[in-house]
Amino acid sequence: MSDQLLTISGLSAGTEDTPILHDINLSIGAGETHVLMGPNGAGKSTLGHVIMGDPVFQVTGGSIMFDGQDVTDKGADKRSLAGIFLSYQAPVEVPGVPLYSFLRTICQMRPELKTTARKFRARVGEIADQLDIDQSFLTRELNVGFSGGEKKKIEMLQLLLLRPKLAILDETDSGLDVDALSIVSKAIEAYRADCDGALLMITHNTRILERLSVDHTHVMVRGNLVADGPASLIDDIDSNGFARFENELAQKGVE
Amino acid sequence: MAEATETTRKRSQVADVDRSLYDFKYSEEGFERYADGLSTDIVRAISEKKDEPQWMLDMRLKALAIYEEMEMPANWGPSIEMLDLNHISAYVSPKTKQASSWDEVPEDIKNTFERLGIPEAERESLAGVGAQYDSEIVYHNMRAEVADQGVIYTTIEDALHDPELEPIVHEYFGKLIPMRDHKFAALHYAVWSGGSFVYVPEGVTLPYPLQSYFRLNAQGAGQFEHTLIIVEPGADLHFIEGCSAPKYYEANLHAGAVELFVKDNARLRYSTIENWSKNMFNLNTKRATVGADAKMEWVSGSFGSHVSYLYPTTIMQGARSTCEFTGITFAGATQDLDTGCKVILNGPDTTASVDTKSISKDGGINTFRSSIVVGRKADRARATVSCASLMLDDFSRSDTIPAMDVRNGSASVGHEATIGRISDDTILYLMSRGCSEAEARTMVVNGFADPVSKELPMEYAIEMNNLIKLEMEGAIG
Repeated sequence: MSDQLLTISGLSAGTEDTPILHDINLSIGAGETHVLMGPNGAGKSTLGHVIMGDPVFQVTGGSIMFDGQDVTDKGADKRSLAGIFLSYQAPVEVPGVPLYSFLRTICQMRPELKTTARKFRARVGEIADQLDIDQSFLTRELNVGFSGGEKKKIEMLQLLLLRPKLAILDETDSGLDVDALSIVSKAIEAYRADCDGALLMITHNTRILERLSVDHTHVMVRGNLVADGPASLIDDIDSNGFARFENELAQKGVE
Repeated sequence: MAEATETTRKRSQVADVDRSLYDFKYSEEGFERYADGLSTDIVRAISEKKDEPQWMLDMRLKALAIYEEMEMPANWGPSIEMLDLNHISAYVSPKTKQASSWDEVPEDIKNTFERLGIPEAERESLAGVGAQYDSEIVYHNMRAEVADQGVIYTTIEDALHDPELEPIVHEYFGKLIPMRDHKFAALHYAVWSGGSFVYVPEGVTLPYPLQSYFRLNAQGAGQFEHTLIIVEPGADLHFIEGCSAPKYYEANLHAGAVELFVKDNARLRYSTIENWSKNMFNLNTKRATVGADAKMEWVSGSFGSHVSYLYPTTIMQGARSTCEFTGITFAGATQDLDTGCKVILNGPDTTASVDTKSISKDGGINTFRSSIVVGRKADRARATVSCASLMLDDFSRSDTIPAMDVRNGSASVGHEATIGRISDDTILYLMSRGCSEAEARTMVVNGFADPVSKELPMEYAIEMNNLIKLEMEGAIG
């Protein structure tokens, strides 16, 4: 297990008055694709946010090791620079900050991505074309007035630019029309192919997983990871839902 | 353009490493400093030193009498109790003659303006520059090609000594801001010194802005400059004023007056970046009158001072005239900034739009007052006021006080105010892309200020971003 990229051990976390995650153990190896499934409100997004370092949630036990370092107490900025990326369900709008200069800023602060203005422009143009993002978007304010689908594409643009070691995609596929979904799928494939990055997909939609080779499927129910299985577990859940896991958890006496 | 970018880059680098860009001071040894407080003798001495015409001395003495008789403004905005006028020197002058070459300016003073980037900006992007140090203008110069078009840019003192200009000053000086306007207007007329006189003849468009920079170096002193600008019909001018001072523990006072006459079909853009030190009482009065089809544009950035009372007023006398006011204030610890603007729409089909932003942090207080008055004859006049406030913590304050007085049924007046905070989600979003917390907050604040910084001259936009950066870095321990 020493070559794991991410190792979460005995992690419990929650907000100030509500425990949400209970004793989570999860390991992701470099370049692996993991899927996290579970009913609404199970705590999947919370886990994504806790891995990213969202200060809204407090870690009450356990640890998060990433790429050889303990990041449990590190801020989101340090985790990002170490190679963790979280794509949000609802990316925020930041008025007055032009998208292009934002992209330039977040790339220039990483020694491994530092490049000339000319090369950077070419790279952004290339990815924007790949994602069918109109070049005029680059001069607009970050996410301001963008549709849900456009915001997700901008998340994918950042993913491909930043080349993280681990990308957590929090329902990136939800609420997208067929065309946008296909573009997001392509972006995820490109990330897997070009960056050899690991993926943690939080999703309800099994269609987006069809074109990916999934290594592990995890199931979360009421803040507990209750199953860790192969890709075929996805099909099982697709036909039978989460009832089985919820019942098992209830029998163990977890409220 | 390439040159301008180069300049700004240099400026920003200096500002990045040198946090004390404004906070340096030189000795006033050898300066001529009048006794603190006010008396007829002091007023007479100022007038005599300036060798003024009798009417100006009479005006000063009348203003002094009004000043002594008027009460301090009661129950108006932030307290100015700490301002003890008996301990303010009304006149402090460097022992130097006004120069038209920087080489003739004394070393200390020249250094001051060099550090503020004035001579450099003059070379790169200005049509003329005036620089005031304490009570007197120490440098004044304008490009020959602008002078050849008949543009006058000088001090009011020099204009008073010029037989052709003296009648013009006499005609306009004190006509927009009466000395009875308020106690500090009376004080201003009693002891005014320095400032600028600008006259743009009919139909002349200046290719570059004129800029006056006001620096108050002396401790416990007042600066009372008077700016008088006349833009004749069809003419076009952009005037920039900048102000700063080093930090002292004693109170300083700034009570300037700005009178702007914008004639028919003319345009005046008046940009200000004020960064007084935080012991300054900035009680400044600015007023413009605008003719038919003319345009008045105010761009105002207020970052400094302990207390400000600042409400530039636009009187839209001519039909179809327009007024745009774009402003930003930034109040940090110990700052109580009471700012805003007043627009009086008297002509038919006049339009005014006011767009302001305020940022408060570390207990800083921002109060935004707007006053829109639509006169009876202002058919179809339109005015919109929009005010957005950003608070960076829980103990700062931001208030909006809009006033409207509409006396014409066909006019339309709208007001919109928002008060917000930086959301945790936004900070998380930016941090999870690699920005530190300070960088994330600075990015949000700069983004908030962006609609205003876009309106500023390039070097001031950079300066404003740097000021925000410095303020924000200080905010996060």
